[in-house]
Amino acid sequence: MTTTTPAAPASASATDAVPRRAFDIRPIVLVVAIALAAWPFVGSSSTWLTLTIAGLAMGMIVFIAASGLTLVFGLMDVLNFGHSLFIALGAFLATTVFAAMGGAASAPSIGANLGVVAVAVLAAMALAGTIGLGFERVIVRPVYGQHLKQILVTIGGAIIGEELIKVVWGPAQIPLPPPEALRGSILIGEASVEKLRLVAVVIGLVVLATLLWTLNRTKIGLLIRAGVQDREMVESLGYRIRRLFVGVFAAGSALAGLGGCLWGMNQQIVIPQIGGQVNVLLFIVLIIGGLGSTVGCLFGALLVGLVTNYVGFLAPKLAMFSSIGLMVAILLWRPRGLYPVVNR
Amino acid sequence: MLARLVSHDLPKSRWLAIALVAIVAALALTPFIFPGTKALNVAAKVIVFIVLAASFDLLLGYTGIVSFAHTMFFGIGAYGVAIAATRIGATWPALALGAICALAVSLVLSLVIGLFSLRVRAIFFAMITLAVASAFATLASQLSDFTGGEDGLTFKVPEALQPGTEYAAEPFLGASIDGRLVTYYLIFVVAVVLVLALLRIVNSPFGRVLQAIRENDFRAEAIGYRTVVYRTLASVASALFATVAGVLLALWLRYNGPDTTLSFEIMLDVLLIVVIGGMGTIYGAVVGSVLLVLAQNYLQDLMKLAAAAVQNVPVVSQIVSPDRWLLWLGILFVLSVYYFPAGVVGRLRSIGKRAPSR
Amino acid sequence: MTATPLLSLAGVHTHIGAYHILHGVDLDVAAGEVTMLLGRNGAGKTTTLRTIMGLWAASAGRVVFDGRQIGGRAATAAATARPAPAKSAAQSQLLTPAIADLGIAYVPENMGIFSDLTVAENMLLAARSARRLEQLDAARLDWLFGLFPALKKFWLYPAGKLSGGQKQMLAIARAIVEPRRLLLIDEPSKGLAPAIVQNLIAALRELKRTQTTILLVEQNFAVAQALGDRVAVMDDGRIVHRGAMAELAADEALQHRLLGLSLAAHQ
Repeated sequence: MTTTTPAAPASASATDAVPRRAFDIRPIVLVVAIALAAWPFVGSSSTWLTLTIAGLAMGMIVFIAASGLTLVFGLMDVLNFGHSLFIALGAFLATTVFAAMGGAASAPSIGANLGVVAVAVLAAMALAGTIGLGFERVIVRPVYGQHLKQILVTIGGAIIGEELIKVVWGPAQIPLPPPEALRGSILIGEASVEKLRLVAVVIGLVVLATLLWTLNRTKIGLLIRAGVQDREMVESLGYRIRRLFVGVFAAGSALAGLGGCLWGMNQQIVIPQIGGQVNVLLFIVLIIGGLGSTVGCLFGALLVGLVTNYVGFLAPKLAMFSSIGLMVAILLWRPRGLYPVVNR
Repeated sequence: MLARLVSHDLPKSRWLAIALVAIVAALALTPFIFPGTKALNVAAKVIVFIVLAASFDLLLGYTGIVSFAHTMFFGIGAYGVAIAATRIGATWPALALGAICALAVSLVLSLVIGLFSLRVRAIFFAMITLAVASAFATLASQLSDFTGGEDGLTFKVPEALQPGTEYAAEPFLGASIDGRLVTYYLIFVVAVVLVLALLRIVNSPFGRVLQAIRENDFRAEAIGYRTVVYRTLASVASALFATVAGVLLALWLRYNGPDTTLSFEIMLDVLLIVVIGGMGTIYGAVVGSVLLVLAQNYLQDLMKLAAAAVQNVPVVSQIVSPDRWLLWLGILFVLSVYYFPAGVVGRLRSIGKRAPSR
Repeated sequence: MTATPLLSLAGVHTHIGAYHILHGVDLDVAAGEVTMLLGRNGAGKTTTLRTIMGLWAASAGRVVFDGRQIGGRAATAAATARPAPAKSAAQSQLLTPAIADLGIAYVPENMGIFSDLTVAENMLLAARSARRLEQLDAARLDWLFGLFPALKKFWLYPAGKLSGGQKQMLAIARAIVEPRRLLLIDEPSKGLAPAIVQNLIAALRELKRTQTTILLVEQNFAVAQALGDRVAVMDDGRIVHRGAMAELAADEALQHRLLGLSLAAHQ
């Protein structure tokens, strides 16, 4: 039987009262609103632009690190308190790569420098993803469905992992200086933007695009989105969703590794507590965005990035609180996060 | 009579009973049996952690709530005393005021957290408490005018408790009778009272409802118990006990800083104690605290020896290095969760059960 | 005709936690027929469907589909079997995806619609052989659009925004987007307005003409009578009556006894 494409129903033009997907744009408006609201407080436009870009960059990086966590939770109801381990792995591996490729890093050629960054990024993802596979098998799988034990066991796994990181990389902090040609900033209009941050943002955008494309345009993405809503039904349709989960867990860990690598480059230094540092931020982002929602995670991360940078400039002492305050404010508006995942 | 004292929550195991008696006796007689300041410090830390962990067990083991804000209340208690002693002076009324203010703050905070978050899923609650505790720790280290910032506050205690105050010219049975000794026994007695109180709480009808909620909150609600109320009460009680533990610690150390009470490491320690010791038993907190604090202080010496022995083996020497003792604790922790879900206490009790059938 | 039934349950017990729900269910579903499963609330009808689908493991008895055991244990103990330890029950218990692979489709009581996905995406997900929308069988889609016109209209609409009746249509359409050997449908008329129920009956009648085997759980006796070839009535986790639908439809006293109602009362 020939399979002709079923055209988008011809009636679509006739009954154009039927909207396609009604996308809730209010959170986007919120992001823009906050950015604009900060402008008068910051005063100078160039500073505002710098802060905004820095905020968006930070948000992008946090999103990458958090996306795996929210997918894993949404899909398989597993809260991995050990997620920070993969972030730390990515960051530390980046230091090793940068050190090992010192020649290319200190060369004044952008090409060589980007090559170093690329290797670091790929290595971070590969290592974190592989360890993620092992983590799922050994630590997480035995406690499916038992939330309390999951929390305890993944924390335990994180402790062990971070101590092992200290064994391999030593307990001291390691600087992660940008490669030669990527040092310093460039001027975009009146704002000075650090080159390395720009690279991080670009990488982040590529990842975001790939993630969104996979989720929305492939069947696997379809399975994941459906599985987040109703795991049982997906199984009833004949899909072995547990296998999919292992893949998602590994991918999430790889993304965390990437996020860690970018975070390290953003901060230009890697400390052993990097995992813990970012962990709290991740949880705040997840809660703001809505557990299980990728889009929510994105906007939650952008909001946190922007607010942290604005408040960090305007009232440095309140910076940490700004995230919590934001979280509380959002929860008051939408108790289940910006884009709650409707389960069944 | 002894049974009534522990609210009929008997050890139910010969080994456990022996262990508990030994622990209590050792702690009571530490100044006389184990000479030296280090031993006394370790013992005091054990006592404080017993109260801290037992109050956490009320929340985790009996009510089934995971909260990372426990150390926050610990810190509030310690800071209450520290700030009062620093600002007002080293007098008993000042201490009392500090302690009462700390308890009040803890009461309000735990109520707010409880009512706000206990309506949401457990995962949400755990994450929110983590964020709040983290923010609090940052706050404490940033309000340096008030809290002494990163350096913390060093303060004097009332004269009766000061180490310099001598009550007897000659040491008695190896221990000098000074303010330090008095402080130690003050802490000891208060801790004993608090633990007995916790036993009373968990063995009361209230405690039984908590356990019912932990097992199946839906059913508990259906039977007619308003689970939010019970959970909030448990949360508040747990917070208050932790606050008192903080007060005790501050009295002993005569110092408090963000790392002393608010750090995540301490939260992990408490978690480890309760899980390894045995959740939902209170005695687990006792046994676990002894194990953890002793390990923290003396195991590291052992590891130093072992590290010296394998000094030249590249990776192994790192793994056995005393700085990495948390690695081993972490492994023990994970193994406990999988294979010894009932903890040390559970294990001891099951040994006890098998014995009579021989 | 004594052809082997397509699906057969023999002495099936199911425990959910400590609750013993099915107390030895014996049920045969003949190929090409619509078998109705009737009974009061709590009789165990949904549990039966879920047990067949492997979502809950049978603690005793056998579930056999097309000659192949898909659930239950190899040898059954007494009818009052205590809950089987999970591991041994899994010996003969296929996992749900494997059961679905054999050609069994399940339309649960809550319809199982993925609300955030569009109607098209819901259908695509159910079509095992298609990776993209373009690969869906156009002829079959047209036939489905004929049965359920609303689907065509709301093709790109998020499924969560459909009305109850439309969701039900989608759920059924999804189950048959590719030919299946057995459909398990749980209370499709539940909560639907009478007019919609009529549409449902019409659509299912059309489906019936394709000789699809259906096991249909219903509380609405009118629907049951309109569609069923055979009927089984459940009470307290057991089958208490089985026979031809025509017989039951004709016997008001029997209806009243089994279901506490008569056909007239239900219209």
